[in-house]
Amino acid sequence: MPVSLEEILKISHLARLHVDPEEAGQYAADLSSILAWVQQMNKVDTRGVDPMAHPLDACQRLREDKVTESDQREKFQAIAPRTENGLYLVPKVIE
Amino acid sequence: MVMEELSVQQLADGLDSGQFSSVELVRHFLHRMQAHRHLNAFISELHDRAVMQAGHADRQIRERKHGPLTGVPLAHKDIFCMSGERTSCGSKMLDNFIAPYHATVVQKLEQAGCVVLGKTNMDEFAMGSSSENSYYGPVRNPWNAECVPGGSSGGSAAAVAARLVPLATGTDTGGSIRQPAAFCGVTGLKPTYGRISRYGMVAYASSLDQAGPFGKSAQDCAYLLQAMAGFDEKDSTSVDAPVPAYLAELNRPLQGKVVGIPDEYFSTGLGSEVRTIIARAIDWAEEQGCIIKDISLPNTELAIPAYYVIATAECSSNLSRYDGVRFGHRCEDPKDLHDLYHRSRSEGFGTEVKRRIMIGTYALSTGYYDAYYLKAQQVRRLISADFNAAFQDVDFILGPTAPETAFRIGEKTDDPVTMYLSDIYTISINLAGLPAISIPCGIHEGLPVGMQLIGNYFAEDKLLNFAHQYQLATDWHQQCPPGFQQKRQGC
Amino acid sequence: MAQWEAVIGLEIHVQLATQSKIFSAASTAFGAEPNTQACAVDLGLPGVLPVLNYEAVRMAVMFGLAVNAAVSQRCVFARKNYFYPDLPKGYQISQYELPIVARGQLEIALGDGSYKVIGITRAHLEEDAGKSLHEEFADSTGIDLNRAGTPLIEIVSEPDMRSAKEAVSYMKKIHSFVRYLGISDGNMQEGSFRCDANVSIRPAGQKELGTRTETKNLNSFRFVERAIDFEIARQIDVLEDGNEVVQETRLYDAVQDETRPMRSKEEADDYRYFPDPDLLPVVIRPEMLEEIKQQLPELPGEKALRFTQEYGLNAQDAENLVLSKEAAEYFEQTARNTNAEAKRVANWVTGELNAALNQDDLEIASSPVSSSMLAKLLNRIEDGTISGKIAKDIFRSMWAGEGDVDSIIESKGLRQITDTLEIETLVNQVVRENPAQVEQFKSGKDKVFGFFVGQVMKITGGKANPQQVNRLLREKLK
Repeated sequence: MPVSLEEILKISHLARLHVDPEEAGQYAADLSSILAWVQQMNKVDTRGVDPMAHPLDACQRLREDKVTESDQREKFQAIAPRTENGLYLVPKVIE
Repeated sequence: MVMEELSVQQLADGLDSGQFSSVELVRHFLHRMQAHRHLNAFISELHDRAVMQAGHADRQIRERKHGPLTGVPLAHKDIFCMSGERTSCGSKMLDNFIAPYHATVVQKLEQAGCVVLGKTNMDEFAMGSSSENSYYGPVRNPWNAECVPGGSSGGSAAAVAARLVPLATGTDTGGSIRQPAAFCGVTGLKPTYGRISRYGMVAYASSLDQAGPFGKSAQDCAYLLQAMAGFDEKDSTSVDAPVPAYLAELNRPLQGKVVGIPDEYFSTGLGSEVRTIIARAIDWAEEQGCIIKDISLPNTELAIPAYYVIATAECSSNLSRYDGVRFGHRCEDPKDLHDLYHRSRSEGFGTEVKRRIMIGTYALSTGYYDAYYLKAQQVRRLISADFNAAFQDVDFILGPTAPETAFRIGEKTDDPVTMYLSDIYTISINLAGLPAISIPCGIHEGLPVGMQLIGNYFAEDKLLNFAHQYQLATDWHQQCPPGFQQKRQGC
Repeated sequence: MAQWEAVIGLEIHVQLATQSKIFSAASTAFGAEPNTQACAVDLGLPGVLPVLNYEAVRMAVMFGLAVNAAVSQRCVFARKNYFYPDLPKGYQISQYELPIVARGQLEIALGDGSYKVIGITRAHLEEDAGKSLHEEFADSTGIDLNRAGTPLIEIVSEPDMRSAKEAVSYMKKIHSFVRYLGISDGNMQEGSFRCDANVSIRPAGQKELGTRTETKNLNSFRFVERAIDFEIARQIDVLEDGNEVVQETRLYDAVQDETRPMRSKEEADDYRYFPDPDLLPVVIRPEMLEEIKQQLPELPGEKALRFTQEYGLNAQDAENLVLSKEAAEYFEQTARNTNAEAKRVANWVTGELNAALNQDDLEIASSPVSSSMLAKLLNRIEDGTISGKIAKDIFRSMWAGEGDVDSIIESKGLRQITDTLEIETLVNQVVRENPAQVEQFKSGKDKVFGFFVGQVMKITGGKANPQQVNRLLREKLK
């Protein structure tokens, strides 16, 4: 099933990637061929097969509720593109 | 004495006995790195830091407060966060990212006394099988500069192969340690998922990513693995199980071990020369008293499609944090939030990364989840079950690491699917979470061939044991690519 | 005109009162300098990983047990993917297919003595996002990630409510539960307890649901009521004008007292949920469940029942008292320390005390009149030192910080007059001075009796014992 240009635009928006109209065609072609190839999976019947999300059959370990982190704002914001008064800045968002 | 040809054990002995200092050792390797920059194996060279660390190591050795790796140089794949140093992951997105913390692997190796000479080049965000997808340009194979070193840990493999460092770390999501190890003629181990902490390792596909060692030999890898492995409370998926003494396990006899040969690893697509070379390795195993057994891993061909759905789905989510807000690349003068996101991400990511984010986003989106993601997770279960069944009867599974030797730079860049197929023998191991090692076992037309040995969960000791025995009997792992040997000097 | 019926469901977000965050060891304390409590994990730096906080799990399980829900033996964290500047990783770690708490229920009082059961669809654990500050800068939004990673349970109700009033009493009930359980401070101003309201309208009697809107981030009971009432009225207007309700996310503007569409949520969402590969399934073993069960405190329903049995309160009084855990505790402490009957104590707590708290906008914990002060005050009524009316004045004096009951009685001379001779003298005086009224009374106008009582009380400043005044007046006028 080929991926349409419309879908490419929808997906690129969900992924927050800018896609030019000319790129969109290339993406549609790439994704179509990759997804067609991926559909080999349909050769095997997986009805009733338990999906495997993790390679190991283990369960989540729980951490003790203790504060061990201290303020490292200065260090972390030294690598931030834009900050002011301790806040990260983005272009104005209108809710 | 040729320093770069020494094993880790010899390096440790030399340092311990005062035959050479860590500073001398480090300067020697730093010179080699500088002399072979054309390989483009490194993104960052940490000259000053390394010399300082080496001085510190020498003091520890003088004070007899050292361990086996104190003062031994190594390189980290540029996917491991290293406090105060750029951690680029091969991406423009993180070109300006100075990590504010140490990855657990970096921390552990620092504690072990290793001296970090540099950060190695790689496919951007570990997405690739050729180390061509790097913002810093492609890595070249030391055996043939026109060829790729494999990927994504191509810089680490090339650096060890060219004797620019004795040891290097790598990560393996679908073959990213083993395939470059094979292409470059070095030994590379992907441990069991959970054996080594993923904390501080920039994530590509979280349920598949696993760090591991590169070395010239299995014994060298055993040293490095020993220092990398172990439970980490910062990683929920790291396994709280004792770490065996790997070196102590190297010399067990192989007599009576059952080696499974999967039919599917020797079918279409496997180069005939590679097939012949692997067959010789199988013969060797038989000579050691191993029992060779034909087995089947029937769902092997579905591994790549399942992998490309799972890995891309996870990556599409893992890479959402690169938004130009808290770190990394941010576009110039964004006019609004939409513009900030779209431009920062599109400028910061390369083609393959964007392609995978798109595929993964598609596979998880409404209406496609069941057909792609869920289906892939079910196929993953079947693949894992194939291995579980096989390991009921065998100790090892042996086959080629890759269907062919290193391909030419640019040869596969235009066809993603062909590129993906070069991981056909390695990918299913990540899906199952098993350990596997790639060992040099021949040379064809001047390019190395690697065999892959797969073990059951947490059988790293057994893999290293097998590989070490093989390396005692062969010298493929000692082959140095032409042009990288130093003139012999008197000791 | 069709008869319309509103259908309301709530999603309540409760911040859990853990010390550290759900997936990191940074503090959850409120009010710190921006981004000083956002560690590497909270910032979503490359390479960081989440590790789950036991307390968050324990608290969620406790909630599940309290609402008689099925606590899942195995639950899974999933990623909810969307971009927003205060969501550092570009996804929120939440739960989707396998939440920690499945189907439960809660009974609410409708205020007319009847009750209604509200279904709880599920409650899941998730991490809170940071805060976007839109007002600080002219052309930028500032992001504070201190709140990012604070543990939340999101409690999703069935669309079982039919009015804003019902929604509010459901929300109050949940609020009282989380306070009782000690799993949240429930502080609504600080955002520890907030809700999204899903509202739709349908013609009465119709089975299918109408198109709903979701009004987000309502952080007071009053706003919930106003926002829902506004939405109901708006949607009915839309429908009666022959238009269709648009499915959308809306914001409540408290200043304008209206809801409006949220601009940043215009596009249809596709959250691409999938199991978080960084976290393993959480398994809640029977031993753990049993241990948490043992920790369950007495809940409002049980407490109300006990109050009726132990203190002989009627159901309505008991219900009112247990609404707030602190009020119930205040009541019990007072009741234990006074000779006054429990009914009187209850009336004081829900009456005088409550009114004073509301007037000064105070929590019961910071009441200037402690339970022991109230107990003493009631003792003075009981032992006849003061009348009930005087007691109210004294309560106000105590509230104003003028001292305890005995010192106020002394300093203001408020001791009740119980000396029969003294009262008799006053009665005689009143009867003597009002012959006209005496005539009226004797001619059969019983109502005038109250006049005489009033006169005696007036002369004594309310201090005369009312029972004695009554008795002596009756004797005198016989």
